[in-house]
Amino acid sequence: MASRQNPKPMTIDEGSVHIDPAVNKLKRILEGKPEPDFLPGEYIGNYTTIYNMCIQKPPHDQSQELYDKYGGIFEDYAKHTVLPSIMEKHDEYMLRELSRRWDINKIMVRWLSRFFFYLDRYFTVRRSLPSLTEVGMTSFRDHVYNNVHFNVKQVIIALVHKEREGQQIDRALLKNVLDLFVENGMGSIKRYEDDFEDFFLQESASYYSRRSSRWIQEDSCPEYMIKAEESLKKEKERVAHYLHSGTEPKLVDIVQTHLLVLVAKQLLEKENSGCSALLRDDKTDDLSRMYRLYHAIPKGLEPVAAAFRLHVTAEGNALIKQAEDAATSGSVEEQVLVRKIIDLHDKYMAYVMDCFQNDTLFHKALKEAFEIFCNKKVAGSSSAELLATFCDNLFRKAGNDKSNDDSTIESTIDNVVKLLDYISDKDLFVEFYRKKLARRLLFGRFNDDHERSILTKLKGQFGGQFTSKMEGMVTDMQLAKDHQTGFEEHIKNLPKGVDFTVTVLTTGFWPSYKTSDLNLPVEMVNCIESFKAYYAIKTNHKRLMWIYSLGTCNLTGRFDSKPIELIVSTYQAAVLCAFNNTDILTYQELLEQVNLSHEDLVRVLHSLSCAKYKFLNKQPASKTISKTDTFEFNSKFTDKMRRIKVCMRKFKKKKKEKTKLIMIVVKQVPLPPVDDRKKVVEDVDKDRRYAIDASLVRIMKSRKVLPHQQLVSECVEQLSRMFKPDIKMIKKRIEDLITRDYLERDTENPSTFKYVA
Amino acid sequence: MTIVSAAPLTELEKAVNHLIDVFHKYSNTSSNLIDPAGIEKLCSDLDVSRTDIRFLMLAWTMKAEKQGYITHEEWTRGLKALRADTIDELKKALPQLEKEVRTPSNFADFYAYAFRYSLTEEKPESTDIETICQLLDTVMGSTFRPQVDYFVEYLKIQKDYKVINMDQWMGFYRFCNEISFPDMSEYSPGLAWPLVLNNFVEWIREKQA
Repeated sequence: MASRQNPKPMTIDEGSVHIDPAVNKLKRILEGKPEPDFLPGEYIGNYTTIYNMCIQKPPHDQSQELYDKYGGIFEDYAKHTVLPSIMEKHDEYMLRELSRRWDINKIMVRWLSRFFFYLDRYFTVRRSLPSLTEVGMTSFRDHVYNNVHFNVKQVIIALVHKEREGQQIDRALLKNVLDLFVENGMGSIKRYEDDFEDFFLQESASYYSRRSSRWIQEDSCPEYMIKAEESLKKEKERVAHYLHSGTEPKLVDIVQTHLLVLVAKQLLEKENSGCSALLRDDKTDDLSRMYRLYHAIPKGLEPVAAAFRLHVTAEGNALIKQAEDAATSGSVEEQVLVRKIIDLHDKYMAYVMDCFQNDTLFHKALKEAFEIFCNKKVAGSSSAELLATFCDNLFRKAGNDKSNDDSTIESTIDNVVKLLDYISDKDLFVEFYRKKLARRLLFGRFNDDHERSILTKLKGQFGGQFTSKMEGMVTDMQLAKDHQTGFEEHIKNLPKGVDFTVTVLTTGFWPSYKTSDLNLPVEMVNCIESFKAYYAIKTNHKRLMWIYSLGTCNLTGRFDSKPIELIVSTYQAAVLCAFNNTDILTYQELLEQVNLSHEDLVRVLHSLSCAKYKFLNKQPASKTISKTDTFEFNSKFTDKMRRIKVCMRKFKKKKKEKTKLIMIVVKQVPLPPVDDRKKVVEDVDKDRRYAIDASLVRIMKSRKVLPHQQLVSECVEQLSRMFKPDIKMIKKRIEDLITRDYLERDTENPSTFKYVA
Repeated sequence: MTIVSAAPLTELEKAVNHLIDVFHKYSNTSSNLIDPAGIEKLCSDLDVSRTDIRFLMLAWTMKAEKQGYITHEEWTRGLKALRADTIDELKKALPQLEKEVRTPSNFADFYAYAFRYSLTEEKPESTDIETICQLLDTVMGSTFRPQVDYFVEYLKIQKDYKVINMDQWMGFYRFCNEISFPDMSEYSPGLAWPLVLNNFVEWIREKQA
């Protein structure tokens, strides 16, 4: 018998009488049908009904039944109401309905799980069953989502396509629907990925593939890049607005691949608008864009850097060719060429720093490009020689002409040092530079500050060994001045002879010069002796070697009509002074008296008797000197000038006259340029052989045993600061060292060498 | 009382005596060496020419040091090794000797020896091109005819080298053994080959082009 305290247990069917109407009411509310809201009492009543049924003592405990009923409510609703209502719609309407139904479902789950809450407290927990929320959501997924997602996905993709084509779409709707996809993964992103994202990415790929095919045909490179940049921007926005954030990297990758990577070659090499053209025409914005776009792609910049390098190399090669074509009779206008190369470097370095964000890849490309054309020969001259000649002209002009701004010179020096870095035959540059430096210094055409400045910079870049000899030369000039001052002090109190200036050079720093056993005129001999005496007092352990081939003399020639001052070389002076004592001399007599070589004597006599100014009359009066000629002093000589400089060409001296000799012992004698170059190259080759030998021995001494290829590569590495050794030369040196018993070949392993202690 | 018995000579001792007798047939009595004249006679008796490889192989067996001369010790060493104590036996031993020397392990040693044998007191490090050409023909001509012909031709026209040293000589041996000819596909100038071979290969390639 049921009592108040023990009410009769309610069966599920009985309970349903209370529950079902509440559920239906809820449904009507959620579907937006006119229906009054739940009153608090109704709410509590529903909850209590269920509560009571749960706490009924077994076997009347209705928990299981209630649980099943709960699940059934959802399943039923989903199958019979929700799904059909979605399926009967299309396109955007379908999406809306789905979205609506999803929201409804969420609320329904919330409400019903509150009604049935007591189940979650004990029943589901104890039996390890899915919670009420889970059941509600799973039901939706299984009965609704699984059946509609395919079509929904189609609709979404179509809408995205519409938006890509420029039309407006309802982004919020898409966001809701896609969130739905995510949430139906129930903790895993897999449903979103499998049911939507994969298809979306595929579709995007083919979309951009089509786009790029069309654009690449129709558009110029800058236009294309702008479109690419725009597309990327839009797709990122798309993700922000309605896609899941995880899609972004995948989508960006696809767009980049199709728009930029697959067409890179075509794009960059576009005629008239590709990388080359942009560089040529200073299109910095477009280049910056290109960098930005390709920077984001792994290894994407490589084709751009390659195009950059190709372009710079082509420009450089064009300059070289231009210079070759313009070179007349084998002489290159190196001033023009070097300036142009410097300008080229500045221009493209600006691109590297600016548009290409100082990226190392581009620094490398620039370097490689310059290394290619900077090492080409131009009309037979190596770049090392041209650069040295350039410096020579720069400093000569600067020495005389103060209008050349100091800071311009400094910046040009900086550029020269940069260019030198690209030249592999650095030792060749040093040799040519040294020769020309010698001339500048001895000829007086130099500016101490500039000379020291470039040497300091070269030292900083290439090391002390690089510049040691040249620094020695510059220092020598300073010391020479001191010596001269000291010498003049010394002879002040001695009877006046001829004015005499000496420049003392340290052998080893300076290029080697020919000496000769010239017989000097007696006045000059006195000078020499007095300087020797002075020098012996000042320093011992040093031997003086007199380089007469470099001296100059100022002679006063007393001709019949008027005296003329002549500036001649020491050799010429010696020959002329021979006529001080006698009017006529034969070639043989001159040869004996002056003691020059045939070659030198012929040159001197030619300059004095067969050239523009004839200070000596020659019998017979032919155009060439022969050993049977006779020479006579030409007292009838005159000229409108009072002072004539004779470059190994003319010499006039009057006999019997007290001559004033101002002798500068060192002076440049111009030699034919081609011979000079050959000698420099020979000297450098010789030094290289020694350098390679030393390097090989050094390496083998420390490694003891080394395979051939490694030996060669280490040797090249060690010497790379000065020059790029030729493999053949290295092999020859190795062979030589084997013959000299420094190395031997390993008998077991003939491609390995051993050091012989 | 001491009994001194003179034992009869052993077989070995008899053989050595024979050997020495034969030596004296060719040696120069004052120097106690076989000199070039004696060698001529020896070769004629053995029926080989002086430039025949078999004679060179005989020299190798003897470890003869100076070309054109054979010492007493060298002679003994050689004939003992060949187990010959008469000229006839020596002659018969030559074919077998050749076979043995041509085994890879012996041949490399023999090849090196051939070079050393060509050195003289005036030129102890290297040998002139002409001699080298002859030597190559003798030593390698039968086994590597094409390589030898080409190399000899090259050596005669090139101007970089007037003499060849041991390293270059051995290099050629390795070349013949390791590089297929005439395609020379395994050859790479960057490897450890002596420079003269680099130049040689380059010359051939130019000819082939």
